[in-house]
Amino acid sequence: MNRQEFATKGAIRIEHVDKVYHAREGEVQAVADCSLDIRPGEICMIVGPSGCGKTTLLNAIAGFHDITGGAIYLDGEMLCGPDRPKADPGPDRVVVFQNGALFPWKTNLENVAFGPVVQGKMNRKEAAEKARGMMADAGLAGVEHNYPGEVSSGMRRRVEIVRALMNDPKVLLLDEPFRALDQLTKSVMHEALLEIYYKNKVTIFFITHDLEEAIFLGHRVAIMTTRPCKPKKILEVDIPHPRNYSVLTSARFRELMEETVSAVHEEAVKAFEAGEKEM
Amino acid sequence: MANARLSTSAGEIGAWDMLMYRLSKWIKSPTPYLMLVGFALFFGAWFLLSEVFKVWRFASLPGPRAVLVEWFNPNPVYGMSLYTPDFYVHIWSSMRRVLYAFLISTALGVPFGLFLGWSRSFREYTFPVFEMLRPIPVLAWVPLAIVMFKGQESPVIFLTTLASFYATALNTMLGVQSIDESYPRAAACLGASKWQIFRHIIVPGALPFIFTGLQISVGVAWFSLVAAEMVSGEYGLGYLILASYVNVQYVVIIIGMISVGIVGYVSSALVRLAGDYMMQWRVRELALGGGR
Repeated sequence: MNRQEFATKGAIRIEHVDKVYHAREGEVQAVADCSLDIRPGEICMIVGPSGCGKTTLLNAIAGFHDITGGAIYLDGEMLCGPDRPKADPGPDRVVVFQNGALFPWKTNLENVAFGPVVQGKMNRKEAAEKARGMMADAGLAGVEHNYPGEVSSGMRRRVEIVRALMNDPKVLLLDEPFRALDQLTKSVMHEALLEIYYKNKVTIFFITHDLEEAIFLGHRVAIMTTRPCKPKKILEVDIPHPRNYSVLTSARFRELMEETVSAVHEEAVKAFEAGEKEM
Repeated sequence: MANARLSTSAGEIGAWDMLMYRLSKWIKSPTPYLMLVGFALFFGAWFLLSEVFKVWRFASLPGPRAVLVEWFNPNPVYGMSLYTPDFYVHIWSSMRRVLYAFLISTALGVPFGLFLGWSRSFREYTFPVFEMLRPIPVLAWVPLAIVMFKGQESPVIFLTTLASFYATALNTMLGVQSIDESYPRAAACLGASKWQIFRHIIVPGALPFIFTGLQISVGVAWFSLVAAEMVSGEYGLGYLILASYVNVQYVVIIIGMISVGIVGYVSSALVRLAGDYMMQWRVRELALGGGR
């Protein structure tokens, strides 16, 4: 399946973005002159060592933080730029958080139905109905009335992704969503994510520091330099979608791994030597 | 809020079922027996020290046997036992005051604490004043309370409310501050307005701390009662204790003290129960974790 077959929306254009923090030790340049074009409907993997500034980039797109230079556009519309340093968070760009952010006091179904209800797009009943359908599609039938704390971490992740997709977003922003999962659950989640992706035509901006994950999932992998953060190398992953786990043992996959490993390693060493704290 | 459901679900556990479940689990656990042993040790030690061996300094203290005999005496020596209507009037007066004080301190303290945690500028205006007033003991407020409030009940309720209010407000504020930053962010992503975030995230997110605060608050209310009831002329367990002190009736003092203890214990258990009812998600998580 080809990205271009269904891609209609969700192009992110990051143009010369700068972000300077004012920390105790002075100014910290987290992102510098970062430009990246994310094509509509692609899975773009952002790879870099911990603390390289990639989450800063995500926070700027999501509208959690301002930027100090440059601009970010979504489908040609400026999210943030010179006149408006901080974007407004909104349901066209939904974030799935590193440690999960399902509301523990709402059932899984209430979590999934939350978006359309608070936006006033649907009443509770309609939202619950749609949520039930989407959860069933994602293999989550049966846990609707459980609280997030009652189901496995892998399920929680799936619920959170479905909660995001309920809003029919243009872009999914994933911030190392599978970091806390064990390797086996992770592999299950990768296939689950791809399956969800094949059904929902959405751009995915996926932050990770796991190279295997990046190449397995992504159409492209952007390897970032460590602070300040900007693309160092952009790799086209020419393994056709739909993919499954057998890809991991293919010769092409190994080649791509080799091609990227050294680039990433270099940055990791730089980050380690700088002793940067994760932001 | 936590109990605002989208639909009635098959998996919903009623509060009563939950209570019965917890009770049956509790009976099977070592907890109740350890509790009995604890009480037995406490009363046994008191008995031995004061009545059997009459250890120095304890000898002049009424022992548990003397207290029990008086408490269950249809014709009490000092006029106060389970058989005298006055005893219940004292308990009822105190319970009513604590209830009012608790309701007022909750109605004021929870919203105040929520805004303290939610709004930085509100906190910067009010928190220093709050922190300055907080350490002032209830006793110091007694004269002012009499001047400020008319009648017999209102100064007592004011004094009992004070300390409860601090406990509730402070814990609520900490509750808001304890909420993981990613929850309000996630809600904003999903299109929630500021007010919706307050209602759906801040309030339920702070709930565990709020109920910790309420449990402390109800305990503190009983605590302040003795001081508050110094003001009151006629009834109340605090008043009973004080009056018995003046009349040198030590047995009655201990009856009053134990009564405060029991009623206080029950009231904080009720608050805990209300908390469980409102935070089913938490109860179920804990039940899974094997906790109690």
